[in-house]
Amino acid sequence: MSIQSPAAGWFKAPSGSERVWIGIAMAWCIVMTIAMPYWLFFGKQNSTGEAYRVTPADFAARVGTFVESHKVGELQGVPIVEPAPGGDAYLLARMWQWFPVLKLRKGQTYRVHISSMDLQHGFSLQPLNMNFQVLPTYDHVLTLTPTSAGEFTIVCNEFCGIGHHLMTGRILVEE
Amino acid sequence: MSSITVSGGIPDRAPAGNHAPGAVRTCATTGLSICEVSSRFVRWHAVAAVVFLLIGGSAAILLALTRWPAVHLLSAPWYYRVLTLHGLNMLIFWILNFEVALLYFVGTTLLKSRLYSKTLAWVGFLMMVAGAIVVDVAIFQGKSDVLMTSYVPLLAAPAFYLGLILVAVGCLISVINYFGTVYIAKRDHTYEGSVPLVVFGAHAAAIIAVLTLLHAAAAIVPAFLWSIHLIDVPDPSWYRSTWWGLGHMSQQVNVCAMVSVWYFIGALTVGAKPLSESVCRGAFLLYILFINVASAHHLLTDPGVSAAWKIWNTSYAMYLAVLASMIHGFTVPASVEVAMRGKGFRRGVFGWLTAAPWSNPAFSGFLLSLVIFGFGGGITGVVLGTQQINIMAHNTLRIPGHFHVTVVGGTTLAFMAVTYYIVPLVFQREFVARALCRIQPWIFGIGITVFATGMSFAGSYGVPRRHWDVEFSGAQFATGFDSGAHVMLGIMGVGGVIAATGLFLFIGLVVATVFFGRSNAGRAMTPWHVERSSGEVARHDTDHEEHHTPGTLVLTGVFLLSFVVYYFANWKWLSDVWQVR
Repeated sequence: MSIQSPAAGWFKAPSGSERVWIGIAMAWCIVMTIAMPYWLFFGKQNSTGEAYRVTPADFAARVGTFVESHKVGELQGVPIVEPAPGGDAYLLARMWQWFPVLKLRKGQTYRVHISSMDLQHGFSLQPLNMNFQVLPTYDHVLTLTPTSAGEFTIVCNEFCGIGHHLMTGRILVEE
Repeated sequence: MSSITVSGGIPDRAPAGNHAPGAVRTCATTGLSICEVSSRFVRWHAVAAVVFLLIGGSAAILLALTRWPAVHLLSAPWYYRVLTLHGLNMLIFWILNFEVALLYFVGTTLLKSRLYSKTLAWVGFLMMVAGAIVVDVAIFQGKSDVLMTSYVPLLAAPAFYLGLILVAVGCLISVINYFGTVYIAKRDHTYEGSVPLVVFGAHAAAIIAVLTLLHAAAAIVPAFLWSIHLIDVPDPSWYRSTWWGLGHMSQQVNVCAMVSVWYFIGALTVGAKPLSESVCRGAFLLYILFINVASAHHLLTDPGVSAAWKIWNTSYAMYLAVLASMIHGFTVPASVEVAMRGKGFRRGVFGWLTAAPWSNPAFSGFLLSLVIFGFGGGITGVVLGTQQINIMAHNTLRIPGHFHVTVVGGTTLAFMAVTYYIVPLVFQREFVARALCRIQPWIFGIGITVFATGMSFAGSYGVPRRHWDVEFSGAQFATGFDSGAHVMLGIMGVGGVIAATGLFLFIGLVVATVFFGRSNAGRAMTPWHVERSSGEVARHDTDHEEHHTPGTLVLTGVFLLSFVVYYFANWKWLSDVWQVR
């Protein structure tokens, strides 16, 4: 019984149905172990964590340069910025805004740099439901290829103070 | 035959304990020797645990009624304040206090030992309670709305961190007191051979608890020093990985404690014994060895952490800790099946299950806990912790949807179930309103399952966790979620109300029993269940019988099938989102 000391000689290899189940469970664990590296090499959706250290001031300066050189319009007072296909794009997170609005083309690949000016934030692209962590002093680079066109919302899904639920942004994708 | 099948179960050849004269009593129900000093601290920690459960539970219902969009009860500042309160009181204060009570109980009772040190027990208890009060007061003062994780550079009042440090150190002292008890039991030869399996599981919990508490110190002490301006702000990435060494590992303490409680209740209610001691112990060993890398589960979409690191660590090396859970998930019901078949309940595949002592709330709570933890928590946990799939889950309601079925439907329900024995045996009070006791696990278990199902599927629509307003009213860019998400949040709200009803019923029953229950001192407790005869002759387990568990094989087969389907469905959904590296 589990509440009494076992009789001597309790160390035995599993047998019967228990042995069968352990075999099945181990096989399933091996399948799952292989699935992740397989997807890293052959799948199209991965979080590789590519990042560089950056001070908030430096990052803000890069965002400023990016907006100045690639601005194509304005949406509700926020600049719309269109990076060159294959080029770098910048997205700045701060209490409680995503800045600027990005305009991308479907099927093109961009290196999207995301960092925070203040607290931790959560980049959550809706309604696709893709989520990445954003930290201050880390330039998180997502090599992103939109595969659908339309108007997408970025919401913040890491608690960042009382206005957390107000923090929304936009990504526009053209065919 | 009474439901307490362990009556007289302690053989006469058992060695004597190491108690001072008069400091021990023999339990009239189980024949176990109960250390009077240890019992006092079991009672104190249990009382503290239930008080924090009440605080955390009151917070829970307010939160459920806020995230149910049709109700949206609290204001934004109060939502985040109450969420901070809920997380800490439930995940830390309730559960740690109950676990210390369990460690003291199994360490002294099953090893027939006295408690190592009364002084350490007092110091540990007082620090844990004082620390928790300091934290709760700091939260209500309104300057510590940082949620449970207190991610830097989010800043709380110094008292908030100080309270947490007090709780962690107090808990560490209590765990040391447990190890001291194990040491003197061994030294004084109070038991023969190896420790019982339940104690082995408690060892695993205690060892992981030490690792957890060291991580707590490593994360919270720098945050405290920063809050009083002695050091610079800690690196946010470093803080996250260290904090989750506390945050996730503590959940594995809960898993070990819960699994031990499953074995304990299985033994108490149907006389179950493990199919193979070495397999069960090996599985606990796997927890100790491989569970410490689980902090990676929370960093799967973080910057600055490589894909290789994420993949290796999130899989617990090679899913070896998952393997451990799958082993317990088989061997626990299988041991019940073998015990019931041994009593003669051999009809069909599930005759043993229908004849099980369902009118015993400890048994129904235990089996519900097993099913909810396995089907709900186990499957979602592995899938969400798959590195790439986590892109569709990180910080959405899928995450709390997962851990409300592990730590609430699993651990908390198992702890409630064992309380239906701890109160009669340690407080020596007969439960009041026994009909309500019998339905309480069902109300709580069904409620939390409905709640977590709504939460998980709302999360699949992208609804964030820890978020006050899914309508985003007043936000710069108007947005919102699919109507399906609102339906799911409504289901979550209804489930939350049902679960809270079960929770308050539990607290009410325990409090009423401790204060007004009939004393059973010197007598056996009134059994929860009177076993009917199977109509067949009970027979002793032969080697063949021990491995004849067709019912469990069917149940675990259904489990594995659900697991495989949900796992590959998620890979399919992932292949539909944008490409990203």
